[in-house]
Amino acid sequence: MLYREAGQFKTTYGDDQAVFPIRQDRWGMAIILAIAYVALPWLATDYFITSIMIPFLIYALAAIGLNLLTGYCGQVSLGTGGFMAVGAYAAYNLAIRVPELNLIVIFILAGGAAAMVGVVFGVPSLRIKGFYLAVATLAAQFFLDWAFARIKWFTNYTPSGSVAAPPLDIFGFAINTPDRRYFLILAIVTVMALAAKNLVRGRVGRSWMAIRDMDIAAEIIGIRPLRAKLSAFAVSSFFAGVAGALWAFLHLGAWEPLAFDINRSFLLLFMVIIGGLGSILGCFLGAAFILMVPLALNQIPTALGMPLSTAMISHLEFMIFGAMIVFFLIAEPHGLARLWALAKEKLRLWPFPH
Amino acid sequence: MGFFFEVLFGGFLAGVLYALVALGFVLIFKASGVFNFAQGAMVLFAALSLVRLMEWMPIPIAMLASVAIMIVFALVVERLVLRPLVNQEGIILFMATIGVSYFIDGFGQTVWGSDVYKLDVGLPNEPVIILESLFEGGILVNQFDLVAAVIAGLLVTVLAIFFQKTRIGRALRAVADDHQAAQSVGIPLRDIWVIVWSTSGIVALVAGIVWGSALGVQFSISLVALKALPVLILGGFTSVPGAIVGGLIIGAGEKLAEVYIGPTFGGGIENWFAYMLALLFLLVRPQGLFGERIIERV
Amino acid sequence: MTASGRKIGGTLLKVDNISLSFGGVRALNDVSFDIKAHEIRAIIGPNGAGKSSMLNVINGFYHPQQGTITFKDIARTDIGPYDAASRGIARTFQNIALFRGMSTLDNIMTGRLLKMKRNLFWQALYFGPARREEMEHRAVVERIIDFLEIQSIRKVPVGRLPYGLQKRVELGRALAMEPDLLLLDEPMAGMNVEEKEDMCRFILDVNDEFGTTIALIEHDMGVVMDISDRVVVLDYGRKIADGTPDEVRGNQAVIDAYLGVSH
Ligand SMILES: Nc1ncnc2c1ncn2[C@@H]1O[C@H](COP(=O)(O)OP(=O)(O)OP(=O)(O)O)[C@@H](O)[C@H]1O
Ligand SMILES: [Mg+2]
Repeated sequence: MLYREAGQFKTTYGDDQAVFPIRQDRWGMAIILAIAYVALPWLATDYFITSIMIPFLIYALAAIGLNLLTGYCGQVSLGTGGFMAVGAYAAYNLAIRVPELNLIVIFILAGGAAAMVGVVFGVPSLRIKGFYLAVATLAAQFFLDWAFARIKWFTNYTPSGSVAAPPLDIFGFAINTPDRRYFLILAIVTVMALAAKNLVRGRVGRSWMAIRDMDIAAEIIGIRPLRAKLSAFAVSSFFAGVAGALWAFLHLGAWEPLAFDINRSFLLLFMVIIGGLGSILGCFLGAAFILMVPLALNQIPTALGMPLSTAMISHLEFMIFGAMIVFFLIAEPHGLARLWALAKEKLRLWPFPH
Repeated sequence: MGFFFEVLFGGFLAGVLYALVALGFVLIFKASGVFNFAQGAMVLFAALSLVRLMEWMPIPIAMLASVAIMIVFALVVERLVLRPLVNQEGIILFMATIGVSYFIDGFGQTVWGSDVYKLDVGLPNEPVIILESLFEGGILVNQFDLVAAVIAGLLVTVLAIFFQKTRIGRALRAVADDHQAAQSVGIPLRDIWVIVWSTSGIVALVAGIVWGSALGVQFSISLVALKALPVLILGGFTSVPGAIVGGLIIGAGEKLAEVYIGPTFGGGIENWFAYMLALLFLLVRPQGLFGERIIERV
Repeated sequence: MTASGRKIGGTLLKVDNISLSFGGVRALNDVSFDIKAHEIRAIIGPNGAGKSSMLNVINGFYHPQQGTITFKDIARTDIGPYDAASRGIARTFQNIALFRGMSTLDNIMTGRLLKMKRNLFWQALYFGPARREEMEHRAVVERIIDFLEIQSIRKVPVGRLPYGLQKRVELGRALAMEPDLLLLDEPMAGMNVEEKEDMCRFILDVNDEFGTTIALIEHDMGVVMDISDRVVVLDYGRKIADGTPDEVRGNQAVIDAYLGVSH
């Protein structure tokens, strides 16, 4: 009887279109935020923060970007890693060439740079669809991989091609401990996830979904396909770009182009499929899942006293991801998010199932 | 001039290898509308199976066993992936094959190991000089490349005969045109799927032998498939001649670009040049070289 | 059920000498007719006559090789679907073309997209003007939902709705565009008698209350005769008759066309 909407009447359309129309969900969200902002930094070890929470949040952010494009607008992209790289290298170049820029401004501009590149590579989406487009986005991935490896200006002519983020601060406040990095990322992810949610429940989101579900009908009710698709590419790449900048500056610290190669793109696609196409919540669930598999493969056999070799872990990881993708596409194309929604549905009816 | 032709020729030969991989894609796409991203992983898997089996048995038997493995693989894919996803949108199936690709990459390396294995099935590998009568000094090529080209040619011929002359082949073509019509030919759709996946498994084995002999059997072979994708875009997903011509264009274009304009860009443009070429081409002719233009209906 | 009490106005749309072919198939051959403001204009003809193609030409989805379309006194040879929509032409489809992954409410809201102006930035904030705009349009959509009596399926993904209701939602989406000209491609195909009556009522009410001009393709002659003001008949891509339902009914060419084809 805990999870009920009975007695909660919506008196305005605004209430009805709220992100969490049901009170229990609002409480749930408040608790999660309290844990994320208060309990975790207070209780968790540095290892947990740096190796689990930080990559989790950044992955989730990049996955949101991809999901806006693929899950909402229906344009499959295999180039997310490339767009993350644009964000990372844009941030790097801004930081070293214009040192007086505020870090937040750098992240925003990095996202903007990625958005512009995303739009350029989104142009073919006007003429080509489905897996043709997916292949076209691979072009973006390979081109960007190459550009950051071979065009030395991007890496400021460092001989090894590997670059490092300068010391970071915001308004004179140094971002130099795991907790501080974590707070910064958490704040950015919170704001951007909310923005994504707002976009998908409004005009732009509907035009994306219309294009996804039936582009011909969308055009006939007055949606301009090019505009809708390019805006999806732009917003999606903006998210990926910011995620890339965060990944480089706050997670890796120093990196080379390989950090954003095609495997990153695939991993993000897997998060979106497993978490749920067309769900913001799903991005978080998917990111958590993809991060947990290698951890589990590492920890569980070790705990059982028969540790696996690194190569073995990586092969098993491939097999598990592959199998999960097929499984979810067959059993639940809307992923973990949908399973969660179904569970809530059950709970709402419990203990009277009819 | 001789140098230009040497590069061009080398490009064509590389193109033949791409075409070999692209052919596997086309077969499956034609018969089932599935864009099989796992084709590259299949090439690796087939090559790995062969090279490890060859440690235990004579080459011909190892080859037969590898063929059998690819057929079993086709059966499993049909049962566990295609059948449950029948009637789904193409893009869902595409993503499923990405999953399949990851799975067999992991599975193959778990079962067969993940080192670099040297594959020697007795293909010649000597540089020779050809066309001396046409150019001063002739053109330097590798015998191996010539053999690869011959193999690809043979494979295409065999497939063409298979499609044109046999009952199953005709049924396959019918499926490509119209799933309903295919039913009336009297071969169940499922069997057709198993047959095409097996066939493209065998094509993958051939590609694996050629690539594996050239590069050694190793994980990177799986990525060769990515090279075949621009070929498909260029040639159209449904056209066997398209795969060949597309392969030649991409192979030659890539090599010429690397040699003549690559240095100005800092080299390594091979990795994306083919894609850009294909993309530009798509903007002009979205259906590919040999594809048919469709006007959508409402 | 006659559509009386409305003032039929001047010519809203005129198609002149439209010809359209696909490869060898001549879908439309030198077809001309007009639609007057506020009338219900039926387009009938045997299967494959070119009726849907005609609607596709009018709303800019197919591009005729020949002929002009004059809508609201502006003549064009070739328009795009976006232009047609923004100038006030809406339509439904023979094979339902709803956005299957979206709810009834969201589907109908998409009909308002052309009228919504707030940019990406405001929408990301979902605050102030963007929120207000959303609420205004939601109110319009709620009126349409009430009008079509589909309150109970507001939040249901349309993919899960029965066929008859999907057709109704599709009408709702077109209505949300507040069009001047509404093109309906077989709105009653595959419906049972009761659903057909409902649909007829909605069409007449739309025409009556909002004065929307309607062009309608329909195979059910009873319905056509009942609700339309004028009928144009196509056969093999040519116009073979044009006039009031009574005139068309008695036309020998029409009788022949229908007898020559079995339904
Ligand atoms: N996109 C297209 N590509 C090729 N041919 C087409 C296309 N659209 C229509 N046609 C052809 O044009 C002709 C007219 O088709 P149309 O759909 O307009 O007929 P219709 O009168 O609406 O028939 P129905 O009553 O069956 O809906 C048919 O021969 C059809 O096959
Ligand atoms: Mg029709």
